[in-house]
Amino acid sequence: MRYGEVAAVDTLSTQLPASQVTAVVGPNGAGKTTTLETCEGFRRPQAGTVRVLGLDPARDAAKLRPRVGVMLQSGGAWTGCRVHEALRHAAALHAHPLDVDALVERLGLGSCGSTSYRRLSGGQQQRLGLAMAIVGRPELVFLDEPTAGLDPQARRMTWELVRELRDGGVTVVLATHFLDEAEQLADRVIVIDHGRIIAAGSPGELTATGAENTVRFTAVAGLDMHDLRSALPAGCTVQEVTPGGYLVTGPVDPALIATLTAWCAARGVLAQSLAVERRSLEDVFIELTGRELRP
Amino acid sequence: MVLAQARIETRLLLRNGEQLVLALVLPLLVLVIGATTGNLLDLGPGRRIDILAPGVLALAVLSTSFTSVAIATGFERRYGVLKRLGATPLPRHGLLAGKTLAVMAVESVQVLLVGLVSLMLGWAPVGGPAAVVAGLIVLLLGTAAFTALGLALAGSLRAEATLALANLVYVLLLVGGAVIVPLARYPQTIQPLVALLPSGALAQGLRDVSAGAGVPFAACMVLLAWCAVGGLVAARTFRWE
Repeated sequence: MRYGEVAAVDTLSTQLPASQVTAVVGPNGAGKTTTLETCEGFRRPQAGTVRVLGLDPARDAAKLRPRVGVMLQSGGAWTGCRVHEALRHAAALHAHPLDVDALVERLGLGSCGSTSYRRLSGGQQQRLGLAMAIVGRPELVFLDEPTAGLDPQARRMTWELVRELRDGGVTVVLATHFLDEAEQLADRVIVIDHGRIIAAGSPGELTATGAENTVRFTAVAGLDMHDLRSALPAGCTVQEVTPGGYLVTGPVDPALIATLTAWCAARGVLAQSLAVERRSLEDVFIELTGRELRP
Repeated sequence: MVLAQARIETRLLLRNGEQLVLALVLPLLVLVIGATTGNLLDLGPGRRIDILAPGVLALAVLSTSFTSVAIATGFERRYGVLKRLGATPLPRHGLLAGKTLAVMAVESVQVLLVGLVSLMLGWAPVGGPAAVVAGLIVLLLGTAAFTALGLALAGSLRAEATLALANLVYVLLLVGGAVIVPLARYPQTIQPLVALLPSGALAQGLRDVSAGAGVPFAACMVLLAWCAVGGLVAARTFRWE
């Protein structure tokens, strides 16, 4: 997919599993929206093929549209249109829509049913966009940044709804730049940057690959690192990263924790705030792209 | 599906205050002021109201099918409404049909109101039912031509530019497009040109029909030609986002 000379999405080849949540993550400008819009049939790829539910999204649009729900990154409703009206209209365009009133309540939009779109808060507009995407009972939904601008409570509500969709057999593809969202929601994460997939897998796989987990604890400064290292199981190392702040790196298992605390106990050292850390998707991302995701 | 689209477009059109001023208040003002004040406008020989009423009907069509359609469509694209609708089962021709029906619904209200007020002011169209049918044909062709031109404008320009130009064209046609002032009052040299304007063809066509002249074929051909031009430009330039 090219815009002029710039390849916005280049060599992006993957298959998305049905009835699962796939998160497409990447920094701004990575090609998330372009990828989604190509799948939605808004753009034709200059090279390569896209198949959605086995159909060509550009050529077979008429067959696909009743089966696919789309939430745009922003906008999508008449500014003077009321919440109920917009959703009722979206429902009327589908053969077997969900109950509009129930959906409005479900998304916490009940109190602003007769508010016009332009007077809604950003979060309310997002939720209306989500409602419009799912009101037609799609088999597949594309959500572009579904929780951008939402407060934590509304975010959780949206996550719950996405999980329910998945449990009901709906395939969900969401673009997000919140890595915690991808970690929480996705069965499969695709990391893209400069229009290419740079990593893909379940959140567990992505955070596990090449990552020794770490244990951090604090204690009195100046413990004998050499002695501790020799006490730890093979493959583990330890260093005092700040005075009194220790970092153990290696395969973390119950035996390692037991060894560590026993070593401390034998020396009368109280290990405080001992915590097993695992890498977050955020760490993986920074490692992969060399930069922070958030703009 | 098309009906749902027509319903919501009609509601939104009627809800929009500025558009309503353009669609109803302005034509009715022109009608009442033009008919009751003697020398403000030189309409030429004949009863003032008989000349004014068809012109104001044409003005009503111009405001809804051209100005409103162009502005609304421009902003629908700006706010992602067209894109969002493009992702629903509503096909493109369904969207167009919905818009057309909405325009016709609003125009029905306008034609009824303008017609009633005109009759109250003494409008006496001649020709009976045949003239009514001929008038409706001209109205429909005018609507088609102006809707196509409105979509062409919205398709080619940004929303703000569309807003400005649609209003400008409305005013220019109102003043210089033989909408209110009959074609015969224009300087002889430019009459053939003004007759070729869609506004001139529509308004003069309606004036001729209500004066009992039968179906105005020349005006109909002009409107058909504008419809084709607008349709072609719209089809070429129209973008959904």
